[in-house]
Amino acid sequence: MSRALLQVQGVSKRFGGVQALSDVGLDVLAGHVHGLIGPNGAGKTTFFNMITGLVPSDSGRFELDSRPYKPTAVHRVAQAGIARTFQNIRLFADMTALDNVRVGRHVRTRVGWWQAVLRTRAFLHEEDQITHKARELLAFVGLEGKAQQTARTLSYGDQRRLEIARALATEPKLLALDEPAAGMNATEKVQLRELIERIRAQGRAVLLIEHDVKLVMGLCDHVTVLDQGRLIASGTPADVQSHPAVIAAYLGAGHQPVAAKGEGA
Amino acid sequence: MSSSSSAFASSRLLTFLVCAVLLAVLPLALQPLGEAWVRILDTALLYILLALGLNIVVGFAGLLDLGYIAFYAVGAYLFALLASPHLAENFPAVAAAFPHGLHMPVWAVIPLGAGVAALAGVLLGAPTLRLRGDYLAIVTLGFGEIIRVFMNNLDAPANLTNGPKGINSIDPITIGGVSLGEPLQVLGFTLAPVTLNYYFFLFIVVVAVVICLRLHDSRLGRAWMAIREDELAAKAMGLNTRNLKLLAFGLGASFGGVAGVLFASFQGFVSPESFSLQESVLVVAMVVLGGLGHIPGVILGAFLLAALPEVLRHVAGPLQEMSGGRLDAAILRQLLVALAMIGIMLMRPRGLWPSPRHEDRLMPDEAQATATGGPR
Repeated sequence: MSRALLQVQGVSKRFGGVQALSDVGLDVLAGHVHGLIGPNGAGKTTFFNMITGLVPSDSGRFELDSRPYKPTAVHRVAQAGIARTFQNIRLFADMTALDNVRVGRHVRTRVGWWQAVLRTRAFLHEEDQITHKARELLAFVGLEGKAQQTARTLSYGDQRRLEIARALATEPKLLALDEPAAGMNATEKVQLRELIERIRAQGRAVLLIEHDVKLVMGLCDHVTVLDQGRLIASGTPADVQSHPAVIAAYLGAGHQPVAAKGEGA
Repeated sequence: MSSSSSAFASSRLLTFLVCAVLLAVLPLALQPLGEAWVRILDTALLYILLALGLNIVVGFAGLLDLGYIAFYAVGAYLFALLASPHLAENFPAVAAAFPHGLHMPVWAVIPLGAGVAALAGVLLGAPTLRLRGDYLAIVTLGFGEIIRVFMNNLDAPANLTNGPKGINSIDPITIGGVSLGEPLQVLGFTLAPVTLNYYFFLFIVVVAVVICLRLHDSRLGRAWMAIREDELAAKAMGLNTRNLKLLAFGLGASFGGVAGVLFASFQGFVSPESFSLQESVLVVAMVVLGGLGHIPGVILGAFLLAALPEVLRHVAGPLQEMSGGRLDAAILRQLLVALAMIGIMLMRPRGLWPSPRHEDRLMPDEAQATATGGPR
């Protein structure tokens, strides 16, 4: 049995008159792909932004790797070991693919500006390591031939994968993906799924917000379903799929439970 | 691969040597035509130094700073106070402590100027950290003016800056017993003070260029660019944007401080009117005109905008005669500079010499340099 990597309990958030989240909790187990689904406005992205420090929570307890974790400042989140991608891709558009990933290494490197100016041995060594690791990651996501291309000139699918490579460069314990398959065609989705499976194989946990039910059901080890700010179901994809509340709220009342393609069902 | 890269390296070395010889001979060639020409070069070098410093803030980190000239003022006044009779004349305690007058050597004042200006940069940068774009520009503009107004009014109650009259009799720079303020005989050739200053300024600018290039190609340079591109994404990657921005403000300001020290010693006189808002805008224009964030472009922009008014001086004269004296030469010069800038920005919106776009280039070394296999 895997241990819990990220434990979240009792999270609530109110935006003015809207209760975006009420008493939501979930455990992401180490080495698992954890899906977070729900209809539009269910509070998925708010929950996600809360974990990654973008939105402060009204209440709730967080624990990362058995240590209390307070997502207060955004930059501390990556230092603590959670890296994210964005629903609307946010790459460093005018920088090369390689430099995008190298920025991701920043948080795991130390050399100061005076060492950069003096080109000390420590600097050169670290710079070598940064570049080596960045190229490895580009190869890992299948962008090895595009290292010197400016990020904005990459195709949509490539930009998504570059964002994942950049997040992986921070050596996260948990990789949080916000609708990574949005706007992808069928081939790109297959590639994405295969990429997430390889990330899981490295022992990293993945938290996945996704609208594509087929992808979620086929890929995830565990699925949490939100609706109108409440947790309505949590379990294996098969459990969740046959859960009456999920069928009613998410797939639509009167919907017949269908087996998703693949091993998930 | 090795033969082509060594050919590339040797052609670069050749370019470098040609440039070095040209830069070394340039003032010697211009000196007989009149020292004013070499003086233009000196001023241009100071502006290049300023533009390089501002480029760290505006070009690298994307923080539009319209008060940059304040750090130039800080450096200039620092040297003016530490290397002129002003303090000794106005403060008996200083006169008692330094019976021969306060004459700090330049090797001490340049690092001090860099340090004090960097401190000022961090102090002025700190309150603006949450601001971006136009708002940041307005606040920094205000800070720049505040420093100038301070210099203008700090002649009472204690006469620290001598107010609008400025501080004069500032020592020229002395290096190894050689004063840059007096002509020097070398192998029967007389080097004028402006020429000596030129070589010293050139040395400082070369050091500044090396520092900028090295910062650019480091994890800090990339982090600044990441903040420029997308601050939120940069934060999400774990970048401490507050510290990185303060570092950019501090390092950028230190260049301004050094330029100020050089300026004070070169002129022998400083007054608040040298540090007006117009100067700040001019330095920003140099950076933008040349190519934001691209060091050769910034140098080109600074050189052109520093030299262009002087060249136009020779064009404006005849035009004034043609109009029967109705057109004022000074106004005409401003008009021509403005027209030139509008034209350049229309035709080359990314600057005269922007950083190369990577997709235009083919990278044959990509495939072989790439390691295969997943990360650990």
